[in-house]
Amino acid sequence: MRRDLALEVLKQHVTNEIVVAVYQTLFDWMAINPRDLNYVATGAMGQASSHGLGLALANPKKEVLVFDGDGSVLMNLGSLVTIANAAPENFHHFIFENGVYEVNGAHPIPGQNKVDFGAMAKAAGYRSVTVFSNLETFESEVTEFLKQPGPAMAVMKIEAGESYPRDYNYIHSALAREQFRQALQKS
Amino acid sequence: MDALKKAHIQFIVSVPDIVTSDGLLWPISKDPEFKLVRVCKEDEGVSICGAMSYNMTRALLLMQQTGLMDSLNAIRAIGIDYQLPVCMMVGLQGKEPHKISSESSSYGVRIIQPVLEAMQIPFRVIESPEDVKHITADIEAAYQTSSTFVFIIGRAPV
Repeated sequence: MRRDLALEVLKQHVTNEIVVAVYQTLFDWMAINPRDLNYVATGAMGQASSHGLGLALANPKKEVLVFDGDGSVLMNLGSLVTIANAAPENFHHFIFENGVYEVNGAHPIPGQNKVDFGAMAKAAGYRSVTVFSNLETFESEVTEFLKQPGPAMAVMKIEAGESYPRDYNYIHSALAREQFRQALQKS
Repeated sequence: MDALKKAHIQFIVSVPDIVTSDGLLWPISKDPEFKLVRVCKEDEGVSICGAMSYNMTRALLLMQQTGLMDSLNAIRAIGIDYQLPVCMMVGLQGKEPHKISSESSSYGVRIIQPVLEAMQIPFRVIESPEDVKHITADIEAAYQTSSTFVFIIGRAPV
């Protein structure tokens, strides 16, 4: 499934949610669906899930969607257990799995084609796990997935589609953080 | 704990630390005024506290100095580069109660203050009941100025 096309599908389902995204998925998402409730400043690799948890706990009436990477999740596997233990119902975790560190030279992740993120999430205690391997299925089932109480994980088996520009200056900028802060207060 | 409540801390995010276990973490875990988030690794807590601050929800990351050292890159990015109010309370495991940390026989204890100074992270050493009176104001200042702050706990709270 092409990542950009999957994100186009997700765009149709995102209204007032907080979206925490990382790396190429973030850059693609910012181009496909630019909005101030995109949380772009995760700072250190692997930390998106933890930022998402903090946002979900501090904003229990808002839905939080985390668009994570496979390499990123591997760097913070303990967060799966932390999230399952905290059990925020407003937390939906998408793992965009392409098997490589795409923005760092496309080197393979450890366990490429072997590691089972869905099984790890299930074992950690996530309420539900769904694996999406093709766009048609994702398109037809994403509504149902988003209705499930979190923490819920969608493992997205993806390949790169159109890759949008990598604007690192923006995601690390004070402007991006302030835009999110103000949007959160208004929402 | 009273100082934390006066500073409007709602969430305690923690990996257990032997210095603060009996005096803080166990009582906090039983106090309904605090919400405790048990994390597997301390850098998760840096991100959780930073993210919570966007709607001014106040949190404290309670951990041992080993966890602080393990979290330095997250603190660098989220606390310093992003200028978010990440407040941390760090127990110095292995510090002799009668010595100041710079004179400790433990390398892991001696380096904490120099590391914080090198990273330009403001901190306060909490050794005596007299020091505790500063905690509320330090947390208040951290949130008012959106800056990171560390409390170094040199001996077990009573």
